[in-house]
Amino acid sequence: MTDRPEYTEFHPRWYRPRMSTYWWLRRRSYLAFILRELSSVFVAWFVLYLLLLVSAVGQGATAYRRFLDWSATPWLLAVNLMAFVFIAFHAVTWFNLAPQAIVVRLRGRRVQRRRIVASIHLGWIVLSVLVIWLVMGR
Amino acid sequence: MPDHITLRVTRYRPEEDTEPGIQEYEVPLREEWAVLDGLNHVKDHLDATLSYRWSCRMGICGSCGMTVNGEPKLSCAAFLADYAPGPVRVEPLANFPVIRDLVVEIGDFMSKLAKVKPWIIEEPQAGRGDEAGGDREVGRGGLVGGDTDEHLQTPAEMDEYHQFSMCINCMLCYAACPVYGLDPQFIGPAAIALAQRYNLDSRDHGAAERLDVLSQHDGIWGCTFVGECTRACPKDVDPAGAIQRYKLTAATESLKAFLLPRGAK
Repeated sequence: MTDRPEYTEFHPRWYRPRMSTYWWLRRRSYLAFILRELSSVFVAWFVLYLLLLVSAVGQGATAYRRFLDWSATPWLLAVNLMAFVFIAFHAVTWFNLAPQAIVVRLRGRRVQRRRIVASIHLGWIVLSVLVIWLVMGR
Repeated sequence: MPDHITLRVTRYRPEEDTEPGIQEYEVPLREEWAVLDGLNHVKDHLDATLSYRWSCRMGICGSCGMTVNGEPKLSCAAFLADYAPGPVRVEPLANFPVIRDLVVEIGDFMSKLAKVKPWIIEEPQAGRGDEAGGDREVGRGGLVGGDTDEHLQTPAEMDEYHQFSMCINCMLCYAACPVYGLDPQFIGPAAIALAQRYNLDSRDHGAAERLDVLSQHDGIWGCTFVGECTRACPKDVDPAGAIQRYKLTAATESLKAFLLPRGAK
């Protein structure tokens, strides 16, 4: 747009609309996108939390007990609950977008989008059940 | 169904206005009328000073893109009956400078489109006409011998890019894209989708040339996958899908360039 066309007589008076700072509140899909971006912060927090857990386990029983007590404090429970909601949102929204980014072919035919989404969700559920069984079932 | 509907049209007359205003027009509400028919009625019978672009009236020329009730739409495909009882807000396409009324300046898109070389780039000097009437070869730009070479393509090869070839350059995806709205340097959804249309074409050999343009910061990596371009597209092109797929290609190429010795790519 640096080239100034000569065909518009009033071209210096083009009206250039500015995007509002709150553009992401204008449409539900924009808001969902911003929330998905924001969820990355909670993913980062979850990674940090996991590393702290591993570190506590590595330091022995006392450190692990201290970590558990710290995790049971109300504010940390609230943070982790919020993190869980955002991470679930992060996972579901990205799983739903996956077929747009990857093309899967089986026997020369392109696999339908909903089948890709369904298989990813199924894999997620199976893994989650397995982890829950490992942690709680024994 | 009421027999009239109000169009609330954004007007901007640069010779007298400092910013756009709203003007209302009452137009007949007919089942087969689209917003464009309403605007044509205004132009022909109510107010000849109203400016807007249109041409084919059948969703193929891509000229009549406007913002209808806040959504980027082809005004020839947005039926008045779907907005009854109204009023219907008709604004110029978002994210573009407004020249007059509903007419936006599209020079930026046109220059970006040319940058991605949306045409078939032939393989330099390779196998063209060296054996007249030679082997018939189909696949990856297969040629039938002779100087009047034909490029053969299987239906499966055409399916690879067919969806992306449906783009009509209507720019609704640019109007829907907040990344383009915030950073006009972003090359944008349609240009990338059209680059993919040629990259995925078995007859084309220009992928490397396009990679230079597309892998820049303002190319594919500007896209944050809002996905709104795909929802706005009236031709089901899925520009968001094209961009994400191309990100994978570009990342693979960068990795190859990093790991493999020069010339082995």
